[in-house]
Amino acid sequence: MKKIDRRFFLKAMGVTAATLAVGTSKTIASDPAQEVGDLPELKGILFDATKCKGCHGCEYDCAWEHGLTEPDVIDEDEHRKTDHTRRTVVNKYNTSKGKVFVKTQCMNCNDPACGTACLTEAMYKTKDGSVIWREDKCMGCRYCMVSCPFEMPKFEYHSTNPKIQKCDMCYHLQQQGEMPACAYNCPNEALYFGTRRELILEANKRIAENPDLYYPHIYGEHEAGGSSWMYISPVPFEELGFNTKIQNKSYPALTKGFISSIAPVDILLPATLLGIYEATKKPKSGTHEKEELS
Amino acid sequence: MNKAAPQPLYLDNRENNTFRFILNELKPKGKIFTPFNIISIPVIITGLIIMYIRFTQGIGSVTNLSQEVPWGLWIGFDVVTGVAFAGGAYVLVFMVYILNLEKYRPIVRVTVLNGFLAYLFYSAALLLDLGRPLNIINVIIGNNFGVSSVLFLVGWHFLLYMLALLLEFSPAIAEWLNARKAHKFLSGLTLAAVIFGITLSVLHQSGIGALFLMAKDKIHPLWYNSYMPLMFVVSSVFGGISMVILEGSISSKVFEYQLDKDHHKQHDSILHGLSKICAVGMFVYFFMQILVFVHQQNMPYLFSPMGYWFMLELLGFVLLPMLMFFQSYRTHNIGMIKVASVLTLLGIVLNRMNISIIAFQYDAAMRYVPTWQEFIVTFTIIFIEIWVLRWIITRMPVLRKSPDWAKSNH
Repeated sequence: MKKIDRRFFLKAMGVTAATLAVGTSKTIASDPAQEVGDLPELKGILFDATKCKGCHGCEYDCAWEHGLTEPDVIDEDEHRKTDHTRRTVVNKYNTSKGKVFVKTQCMNCNDPACGTACLTEAMYKTKDGSVIWREDKCMGCRYCMVSCPFEMPKFEYHSTNPKIQKCDMCYHLQQQGEMPACAYNCPNEALYFGTRRELILEANKRIAENPDLYYPHIYGEHEAGGSSWMYISPVPFEELGFNTKIQNKSYPALTKGFISSIAPVDILLPATLLGIYEATKKPKSGTHEKEELS
Repeated sequence: MNKAAPQPLYLDNRENNTFRFILNELKPKGKIFTPFNIISIPVIITGLIIMYIRFTQGIGSVTNLSQEVPWGLWIGFDVVTGVAFAGGAYVLVFMVYILNLEKYRPIVRVTVLNGFLAYLFYSAALLLDLGRPLNIINVIIGNNFGVSSVLFLVGWHFLLYMLALLLEFSPAIAEWLNARKAHKFLSGLTLAAVIFGITLSVLHQSGIGALFLMAKDKIHPLWYNSYMPLMFVVSSVFGGISMVILEGSISSKVFEYQLDKDHHKQHDSILHGLSKICAVGMFVYFFMQILVFVHQQNMPYLFSPMGYWFMLELLGFVLLPMLMFFQSYRTHNIGMIKVASVLTLLGIVLNRMNISIIAFQYDAAMRYVPTWQEFIVTFTIIFIEIWVLRWIITRMPVLRKSPDWAKSNH
């Protein structure tokens, strides 16, 4: 009786497990749209270098929106970098196809290195796509700056309560259903705000419709695992001062192996050490040692 | 200072009034105007002033840190290098408490004390470098756990390891206070503290290497590799042991009056054993470096200024001291062991500074050079640490033998 019971039980278990396994795989396979729909729709901005006229208007809008000092564009040929006083800059590059203007700011990566680096989750990737910095959590260790491949988080070194300055695609405006200040105000429509999916479609469309005008690559589609900011340009991106050493895999992937080995080591090493201790323990070591010492 | 004789009198007093005893112990013993004091006191005072400026005018007012190089001397030397130097504590407790190598027991306490103080003061250096130090509480109270962060792991393992070290050292404090019951209890905890201490050490030593894994494009390919965590652990073994050799040689001269007569012979035999560990550890490390070098096809980088710098580090400060350790082990040359340990330590400094500062952002237009203030603060931290170390060694049974009542608890 008992045996049959057990066999029946096991059989039932097996059938249930098989049903569950087949069932789940079926739902995924039968409805690919469902799978995509489950992913959060990340927002992003597409920068079209063929449309930017270099008016620097977005620099002013950004500074105004975030309460930063007004930008001073003195030398057009100087390649400026963002810093703690400016979250974005537009620089002019003399390329094989004449002068091209490029806007630089934090890329708001899909899987940001800064977010993984941050030990207090002050750097945080929101569901909308923005990588935000949260003042009440940050302890100012600057590990985000060490990790970021684009070197975008900027630190206020001369403040006693320093902040990290970087583009967060105007997260506070997006919360109210508005567009980021730069994209809203751009007079030349060089900045196009939308979901990442829309942006990639739009970028591919522009490249396909004008193959002579564009260099066939979307910078930010795959770089560093993809980012919310993406670029299309008339020339190869190394001519525009872009870091082309960036890997296509996300940067946090580099530490995943290490992170996942921590728990096994934390559990297995003490046990091993205890084993070695027991194995090497001398019988009556206490009395032996006493004799030696006295 | 050089009087160990009135010890028995003390013992009687302390039982009557612990508070008065501690008050009495707080008073300085020995001469004030020693060469070390004359150098260290002005440095410490200057350093404290610089720290005050740092907290009132921001980190940028005293350092040369920039947006490109966010970690400088305070992290690169005080923390990254210092932790490797303090690695001797976990290696030695492994040898003595886990492998039961009784020969090394006489130096275990001083090494653990050194390790504990090193960690304590490097955490202080870390706090100086934090822009918003009060928020460090977020990491501890779990306001937000960034569990995928390597730094989070390093921070927690660091903190817990300090506790483990304190537990490992606590019997000495109990002996000093003549607290017999506490001594028995604390001695019982030693093995647990040792086992967890070693585990925590292995993970945070490697974690410090793993900190730089995401800086793949910033560190020169001769130094960057995915095995950095492993390299950091292995180099912390011989780096830590070299520190034990050097520090033991210095303290056995400075605190000679604390040691008994057969110490010297014993100490030479200990150094001899340690030199072998260093030699083998360095061989493993050197082999790993060569393996990575070949595997990553780094040959094209070798004949450039950075390549020569790399060769100097690897040949001059790893291979050479390794051969010296092997040779001194065969010929029983204690002097050579000491020279080799100094070279090894310099090699560790070079390696850690290269990864965190020199080969970091190696192609940046503006190179980072520390300000004199950063150096002074670094020295201040080291000097205060030595002051505290000296204070403890002159009072507690660290180098000298434990009181007779304490021996049965071991």
